[in-house]
Amino acid sequence: MSRNLLEVKDLSVSYGGISAVKGISFEVPEGEVVTLIGANGAGKSSTLRSIVGLEKPAGGSIFFDGKELTTMGTEQLVTQGITLVPEGRRVFPNLSVLENLKIGAYQRKDSLEEDIQWIYGLFPRLQERSWQMAGTLSGGEQQMLAIGRALMSRPKMIMMDEPSLGLAPIVVQGVFDIIKEINKQGVTILLVEQNANMALKAAHHAYVMETGRITMSGTGKELAENEQVKAAYLGKTKKK
Amino acid sequence: MKKTTKMICTLIAAAAFIALLVFLESNKNKYGMAVTVLQKGFILAVVAVSMNLLNGFTGLFSLGQAGFMALGAYAYAIFTIPVESRGSVYYISGIHPAIENIEFPMVVALIFAGLVAAAFAAVIGFPVLRLKSDYLAIATLGFSEIIRAFIASPQMDQITNGSYGLKSIPAANIYMVIGLCIVCITIMAMLINSSYGRAFKAIREDEIAAEAMGINLLKHKELAFVISSFFAGIGGALLAMFMRSIDSSTFKIALTYDILLIVVIGGMGSITGSVLSALLVTASKEWWLRFFDEPLTIAGVNIPLFRNGFRMVIFSILLMVVVLFYRRGIMGTNEFSWEGLFGLIKSIPKRISSLFRKKEGAAK
Repeated sequence: MSRNLLEVKDLSVSYGGISAVKGISFEVPEGEVVTLIGANGAGKSSTLRSIVGLEKPAGGSIFFDGKELTTMGTEQLVTQGITLVPEGRRVFPNLSVLENLKIGAYQRKDSLEEDIQWIYGLFPRLQERSWQMAGTLSGGEQQMLAIGRALMSRPKMIMMDEPSLGLAPIVVQGVFDIIKEINKQGVTILLVEQNANMALKAAHHAYVMETGRITMSGTGKELAENEQVKAAYLGKTKKK
Repeated sequence: MKKTTKMICTLIAAAAFIALLVFLESNKNKYGMAVTVLQKGFILAVVAVSMNLLNGFTGLFSLGQAGFMALGAYAYAIFTIPVESRGSVYYISGIHPAIENIEFPMVVALIFAGLVAAAFAAVIGFPVLRLKSDYLAIATLGFSEIIRAFIASPQMDQITNGSYGLKSIPAANIYMVIGLCIVCITIMAMLINSSYGRAFKAIREDEIAAEAMGINLLKHKELAFVISSFFAGIGGALLAMFMRSIDSSTFKIALTYDILLIVVIGGMGSITGSVLSALLVTASKEWWLRFFDEPLTIAGVNIPLFRNGFRMVIFSILLMVVVLFYRRGIMGTNEFSWEGLFGLIKSIPKRISSLFRKKEGAAK
């Protein structure tokens, strides 16, 4: 049994009196892919935003690698070993692919050459386009750049917010293949997704969120076979 | 293009530029206008690049440049006016005893001028940089006016000589002024190409993503603001050195707009664009368009529009044309390169012929 890298305890988040997350607890064990699935407004993004410090939690605590995160600023997380692949990719559009990657390693002072080659090995398309402005890439390529950029800080864990959003099914498959690949190379992944089908296939462990609470949890396989989950998120109904 | 070819081109260009400076310096009286325009153009280029560092590279829309220039200019002037001529400069209310006998050498005074502007920027940066876009512009604009009003106030008579201004500032030759300008621009260019510059650009592109990459937003914005103000202060000091007499009305908001104009024409986010546009704007404003101000008579007919001030009308029309055809300024976010220049020259015949072909097509 591996130790827990991220531990969230009784986390609650509210926006001006309206509570979006109502006391949730979950763990991300080291070396695993953990996914948080749920519909729009379930509180997935709020959970992620409070982990990275963009939102101040109303209660509860977040521990990463034994350290309390709730008091840290967003930019300090990178030094702790967490990076975020933000929702909607958010690459720097008027900078080249290479510059985008270098900014990902901003906190590091050592040589980047080896890591840039590693990223180019994972995503050969980025190497072909290394001098192109990031804004001119296709959606899928931008998503790969966003993941590559997050990996440049050599994180222990990366958090991805809806990496499949707005991408064609074949590209989504590619993104999930990459998620499995970087996990194999030792990076722990917390994945927030609406695409439950793909996310459950990729995840070791999964949590289902509904209206600010975690309603179900289990291994990816268990949940993918669960009748309730099938009906609500996978679009499969019971045969009568 | 090979690296050596580029080196040779750069060396030739540098040698030609130095030869031009030597020629102008030795024929100062004959080419007074060229000397003036070149110096003023380079000084404005320093300030334009400093503004570009903030507005074009970090994405902070600040309009405080004139205020920081005023701080730099006064800090420089007060401590470089020779002690023996201070009596005649401060003839109204006398000079404050604390600064009466302090005189700095030129370079020390320049750095001091930059530091005064930078220190002030550091103080106002913390509250002001929490604002965004237009609000930041209004706040910095306000601060710049406060500085100017403060300098001109009667309470400051013994230090800044109030509204009478300062004169007898020691002059420098053309090599000194232009050399210092080039040093300042080079330092800023090196900063922009460093990892700090990359962080500035990341903030410009997307604040949330930049923060997620571990870039401390406020710290980097403050850094950009302080450095930009430092060089604006030095720019102001260079202006004082060049004009030899300053007063607070030199640093009105109009000066900030002039610099903003240079930055926009040159291209937000291009250092060479700002330098090029500073020289072009200064030259056309002060020199090339001068003849529009003279009365003109062709074949005994007096052309009515040619009179004092007409050149500014032509200048404004030219600006509109430039902005219409080059939406992102002359250089956009690109920098000058020899490949770009030779590519442009090579493409001229093709462009002209395509222009004619289009017209033929339209006629058919």
